[in-house]
Amino acid sequence: MEDDAPVIYGLEFQARALTSQTAESDAIRFLVGTQSLKFDNQIHIIDFDDENNIISKSVLQHEAGEIWHISASPADKAVLTTCYNITSESRVVTSSAVWRMPPEWESGSHESPDDPHNSHNPQSLDLLCHLDNSAHGNASCVLWEPMGDGKRVISLADNHALLWDLTESSTQATISSSATLEGKGQLKFTSGKWSPHHNCTQLATANDTAIRGWDLRTMKQIYCIENAHGQLVRDLDFNPNKQYYLASCGDDCKVKFWDVRNISEPVKTLEEHSHWWVSVAHLRDTHTHTYTHTVTSKINGNLDNDNQKHGCLR
Amino acid sequence: MAVSSRKRRVHGMLKLYYGLNEEGKTVDQAESLDPCDINGPHFDPEVYLNKLRRECSLGELMDQESCMVKQIRSLDSDMQTLVYENYNKFISATDTIRKMKNDFKKMEDEMDCLTTNMAAITVFSARISGTLQDQHAQITKLSGVHTLLRKLQFLFELPARLNKCLELQAYAQAVTSHRRARCVLQQYSHMPSFRGIQDDCHAIMDKLAQELRQKFRDGGSSAKDLSECVELLLQLDEPAEELCDKFLTHARSLSATPTAGTDILEFIDRGCNEFVSSLCLVIASYQELFVNRPQESNLAYKNIPQMAVGKLHAFVDSLAARYFSLVERRIQEEKSVGDNSLLVRALDRFHRRLQAVAKLLPGSAVPSQGTEIVVRAARERVKQYLAALQSFYLDSLTDVRQALAAPRLGGSSAGGGLPELLSSLSASILNQIKTVLASVHLFTAKDITFSNKPYFKGEFCSQGVRESLVVNFIKFVCQSSRQFCESAVDRGGSTPPALLLLLSRLCLDYETSTISYILTLTDEQFLVQHHSPVTAVTALCGEAREAAQKLLNHYVKVQGLIISQMLRKSVETRDWVNTIEPRNVRAVMKRVVEDTTSIDVQVGLLYEEGVRKAHSSDSSKRTFSVYSSSRQQSRYTPSYTPSAPMDTNLMSNIHKLFSERIDIFSPVEFNKVSVLTGIIKISLKTFLECVRLRTFGRYGLQQIQVDCHYLQMYLWRFVSDENLVHFLLDEIVGSTAHRCLDPAPMEQSVIEVICERG
Repeated sequence: MEDDAPVIYGLEFQARALTSQTAESDAIRFLVGTQSLKFDNQIHIIDFDDENNIISKSVLQHEAGEIWHISASPADKAVLTTCYNITSESRVVTSSAVWRMPPEWESGSHESPDDPHNSHNPQSLDLLCHLDNSAHGNASCVLWEPMGDGKRVISLADNHALLWDLTESSTQATISSSATLEGKGQLKFTSGKWSPHHNCTQLATANDTAIRGWDLRTMKQIYCIENAHGQLVRDLDFNPNKQYYLASCGDDCKVKFWDVRNISEPVKTLEEHSHWWVSVAHLRDTHTHTYTHTVTSKINGNLDNDNQKHGCLR
Repeated sequence: MAVSSRKRRVHGMLKLYYGLNEEGKTVDQAESLDPCDINGPHFDPEVYLNKLRRECSLGELMDQESCMVKQIRSLDSDMQTLVYENYNKFISATDTIRKMKNDFKKMEDEMDCLTTNMAAITVFSARISGTLQDQHAQITKLSGVHTLLRKLQFLFELPARLNKCLELQAYAQAVTSHRRARCVLQQYSHMPSFRGIQDDCHAIMDKLAQELRQKFRDGGSSAKDLSECVELLLQLDEPAEELCDKFLTHARSLSATPTAGTDILEFIDRGCNEFVSSLCLVIASYQELFVNRPQESNLAYKNIPQMAVGKLHAFVDSLAARYFSLVERRIQEEKSVGDNSLLVRALDRFHRRLQAVAKLLPGSAVPSQGTEIVVRAARERVKQYLAALQSFYLDSLTDVRQALAAPRLGGSSAGGGLPELLSSLSASILNQIKTVLASVHLFTAKDITFSNKPYFKGEFCSQGVRESLVVNFIKFVCQSSRQFCESAVDRGGSTPPALLLLLSRLCLDYETSTISYILTLTDEQFLVQHHSPVTAVTALCGEAREAAQKLLNHYVKVQGLIISQMLRKSVETRDWVNTIEPRNVRAVMKRVVEDTTSIDVQVGLLYEEGVRKAHSSDSSKRTFSVYSSSRQQSRYTPSYTPSAPMDTNLMSNIHKLFSERIDIFSPVEFNKVSVLTGIIKISLKTFLECVRLRTFGRYGLQQIQVDCHYLQMYLWRFVSDENLVHFLLDEIVGSTAHRCLDPAPMEQSVIEVICERG
């Protein structure tokens, strides 16, 4: 695979949200959510054929608003969540919702990526339910329970972490418990990750320069790495193979690896990059590689996607 | 004629008799063959006459004849005289012989008389000897008896005499007396009377020995007394080994253990005076007693010296070990680095005094152990100096920190006295290094005894002073500087940026001059001969430069991030959709410009201006108008056209391909412009990223336009390439427009008016 040329896929809109679909075991599949203020946003479903080193895509309409975060259900490959901006009455509100892909998308529109302006209307996502967080503020991300049955999600909204229980058909969501970050000033979660270890009872969140760990059974903070980065922490991820290891990245252009049992010093610090890191993730099949991506000096978010995918494939 | 021939014959006979003829003949041989030679042996009168008659005239013949007659006459008279003389001599010889004959006869008579006399004497002498024989034998016998009697008397008197000696404590005499009698008593011990005497003597001598031992044991007596005791005891066949032991035990108690003194020199002094000198004394007297004894014939003494020397070595070693441990403990207590000369002098004295032991006791391990101690102390000292230097450095840094903090409290501009601080810091460090070098240099001074040891000549200079002191200190400086970069921001972030800047300049100065100066100074002072590989100047310089670079990069990053933080907060906390129409430049932008200006001043204090790329003397206005017009043409216009969203992307992508890639956190150069460029790049990039995460209303966009124009007006002058600022600000406005719900830009003229008013 390393000998192959990188695979590049272009979108017509800027995009910030990307996830891999873990429920799909047959194909390597990524979901990308676009950001456009003026047009209907889309979700691109990209399949990568690693034998032939080619990709194929499908496009679904996401009419609710521009997508800031996307994540796929680990149980049902047709179910996903998004966090999206709604602009109404000169207000911008970020909400989150659970969606189902229409059943016929796979059979329907396999288009070539060269022709992004499809003539006929692409299909829309079916709304399953809103994760109604109007009381809690703007959502920044939604996390599925890793390796779960697709019944539990956590949404991070401003300074709240909300644990939702979904019904069987995912049509209804109720808050089962919540945690609130308290302190001076306007605290706000920037991102979070649900730990796949310890029976999925732990959550790690980032706000400003701090990283916090939460126990989901009690919804209490279990550790806090103050000043984990010199500037804002943008993303973090658990090592899938080492239960106490955590990677984080941020505006200080560093990637740090932490052992949460000893949070006084990072295990390792990378300082290879020349600007913000916005995302960090561990590769699922090897535990030695970590891929990260960044916004480089590009106006167009499309290139970010390419970087990201390239990282995934490598 | 006949007469003459006869005469000639006589003459010849005489001649023959006196053995003259041979010589005469040989002389005359040639001529004498001539028969006409009247004196030759072959003279023939006939021939001669004939010749004369033939040759000579009558006159001549007459003359010849008269001459001849004359000659004959004189010859005749000569002959007569000779004969007469010979005759006389013969007569006197006859007389002498006759007289001798008479004398001999008389002598014979006297000799006869002597012989008879001698015979008589012999007879007499024999008779006298015979008579005296008896008496002589008797006298001899009597004198023998006398001697014996005297000896016996001595023996009988011996016990009493010994007792008396004992009383008078004249031990030496007693021992001598006893020694004289001992053999005899031994020999005749089978006789009861002698046995008695012997027993008495033994008893007395035992008592004496006891007393001697007592005296020996008691101590307190002078060394001379002591040695006398030992001497006597040895003569009394006391076992030498035991004596050695006792002596040494005794000496051990004598040798005072040095007490803890107040200062090291005093301590060593006391140790030397008390311990080392008494040790020397003990060694000397011991050697005199046991080792250097005049070899006595007695077999028992033969192996004493070896034994004694062995014991002495063990003794000295054990004592010295105790002493050394004390000394070492004391030296370790010597922690204050203020005055090294005291320690060096103490060590010198210590070392010097041990040389005396070495002279007294060649082959002892003590002096070398002493040298070891000195070497260890020196090493320890170097370590302490390094620690002192390091703490001095850290203290100076704390001072600098305080000095940096102080003017801020006072309200004057930040980092006002930076150059003064830098120069005073580097001068004080250099001074301290020099002081330390001078102190350490004492170890190698010429008048110090141990300075010519190989360690102090070689390893101490190169490994000790140069490497572990100077080089390590420089490394420490670099390393501690680097530590400021690694931990400060993340953990607490208390390092003031001005300190980073100052340290960076310090490291850079080190790289350019200070390091090589210090090392040259060291090498000169210590005449370092590099036996083992040493750290090169270039390596150190490289390290310093690296540290300087890191510090400066870090400074840029810290300052950049401070401004970034400000920008980020200002973008994140505002509701950009519902903002009012811009009337002013936002205060945060003014603050950014102010901060940048003060950073510019700060950096300018320590670093040179640097080069600007295509630095124009144009006012910001002109460049700005270019920038804004290009922006309006190439960025805005297409993005407003709702029908062509793809074009925007395409345009900007293509544009990007041709524009230079900007490394935001790239390393900076050592000059002001480069530093400022770095800071501004970081700040603007953050601004850009923040903008991209927000959604803007119309007035939000316009506010950003105003802000960017304001930044443009003031920031271009700080950077090396003003296009960079244009480019980044372009991108910010472009991105804002892209994230804008109602992208209606403000009129350029209005923007300018607002900015100029603000």
